[in-house]
Amino acid sequence: MRSILPLAAAALVTASAVPALAEEPGTGATLIHLAYSLDTFYFLMSGALVMWMAAGFAMLEAGLVRSRNTVEILTKNIALYAVACIMYMFVGYNIMYGGGPNGFLPGFGFLLGPDNGVGDVLGSAGEIYYSTMADFFFQVVFVATAMSIVSGAVAERMKLWSFLAFAVVMTGFIYPVEGYWKWGGGFLDSLGFLDFAGSGVVHLCGASAALAGVLLLGARKGKYAGGKVHAIPGANLPLATLGTFILWLGWFGFNGGSELKISNIEEANAVAMVFVNTNMAAAGGLVAALLLARAWFGKADLTMALNGALAGLVAITAEPLTPAPLAATVVGAVGGLLVVLSIVFIDKARIDDPVGAISVHGVVGIWGLIAVAFTNPEGSLLAQLAGIGVIFAWVFGTSIAAWAVIKAVLGIRISEEEELAGVDIAECGLEAYPEFTTSK
Amino acid sequence: MIYLTVEEILHIHIQLREKIMKKIESIIKPFKLDDLKAALHDLGVQGMTVVEVKGFGRQKGHTEIYRGAEYVVDFIPKIKVETVVPDDLVDQVVETILNTVRTGKIGDGKIFVLPVEKVCRIRTGETDNDAL
Repeated sequence: MRSILPLAAAALVTASAVPALAEEPGTGATLIHLAYSLDTFYFLMSGALVMWMAAGFAMLEAGLVRSRNTVEILTKNIALYAVACIMYMFVGYNIMYGGGPNGFLPGFGFLLGPDNGVGDVLGSAGEIYYSTMADFFFQVVFVATAMSIVSGAVAERMKLWSFLAFAVVMTGFIYPVEGYWKWGGGFLDSLGFLDFAGSGVVHLCGASAALAGVLLLGARKGKYAGGKVHAIPGANLPLATLGTFILWLGWFGFNGGSELKISNIEEANAVAMVFVNTNMAAAGGLVAALLLARAWFGKADLTMALNGALAGLVAITAEPLTPAPLAATVVGAVGGLLVVLSIVFIDKARIDDPVGAISVHGVVGIWGLIAVAFTNPEGSLLAQLAGIGVIFAWVFGTSIAAWAVIKAVLGIRISEEEELAGVDIAECGLEAYPEFTTSK
Repeated sequence: MIYLTVEEILHIHIQLREKIMKKIESIIKPFKLDDLKAALHDLGVQGMTVVEVKGFGRQKGHTEIYRGAEYVVDFIPKIKVETVVPDDLVDQVVETILNTVRTGKIGDGKIFVLPVEKVCRIRTGETDNDAL
């Protein structure tokens, strides 16, 4: 009972203050309250779905590495998520959304400001329609996604702490700066570059950083021994499949949430369209990759089918609203074909990417951005190409520099003996499935 | 009087032992395990130990493609069934295994018969044939 009294008092204050501030009848203010709550709720739930994608990446990667490297890849995945959250709260969010002086240089600041006041929301004529804390939460899970992409490509041979050191730079600086150029209102946005939910800002970004890391790191031992390309089959395909399903689910939050609003009929329809197109693109990508793998290799390679679904999702992320569902399926299917070709090509080029992250997120991310020019009437091929070039150049350049510094200071590669014994024991002192252990 | 060297005595000793028990190890195709277990049980075999193994013989391995790159499966999964039986059962057991697991295709496996020096049941301390 005691706790209700202050609430009742607050309600009274609100009720009397609202008409004076908003100059509106009570029902109008109530509707604004409701719409604000709904959009904030939608934002938070979408963010929670995207957070779950971290689990998807963790399972996918754990499934596609060998069993002796399972614990370490799981440690990297969950630790990078935590590092991303802390760095983005400290500086990343302010760099990305702090509003820079000229569109190139980002703003700077620490930590998070206060949330919207009731009066500000009611008096904003719909300009302010969701909580800034919800916005931070939604954005922070995106930077974690970008960083998750890197861990798969460098799996089975990179030092744990060097990887996490890179995560600090990536999530606190590299990602927020290019994020500012597009979503923070910087020069890429002014240029007419379109990237709905981040085929470029998130996925191409993650893949560019991964490529830089892999080039400095080298291939896994034995991968290209004797001048031939050797397959290193993943240890747990049920986990890889579960991971893909989780990512597919999380993507509804990733793309659906990026509509940023759901509280009126048009926006609700738009969100529904984004859900449908996201789903169709994944389906198209999977079927295309499965068929190509079957035709090319003679057998239905599950891992290629999984990569195909993810490729479809990455491809549609740049524009999941304007295409019709059939067109979205085609965009996804092209992504699915590209990813199979790209994985084989990149492997032949002696770039060792155990999970296909560079192909799925980089090559297909580029395809998704280009496809916008054909699926969105407002899209411009030139602006899309400019965006692709800028994001790749920035992320690849700064990443190479960051990896090089880390390599010089900490080293980035585990020793040959550690690699043979498995990075689980070397870095974590654990095995994923310990047997024959005794207490002293 | 016949004098025997130590080696000769040992040899006779081992031959006597061999008359008592044999260990029969069969490498078989995994899907034949249930049939074999039932058949040996019907014959009066009281126990067996089963191990999942991998190996190659004349069947050799096979080549597969993973993400566009070839790899070779050199060692093919088989089941190794180990059972120790009294000497007088050996021929029947071998015959039964042959008849039960043979498919006529390459990769049917092999049977090894080995002498067993001693058997001991841990719970009771019984030995040799009493312990089977």
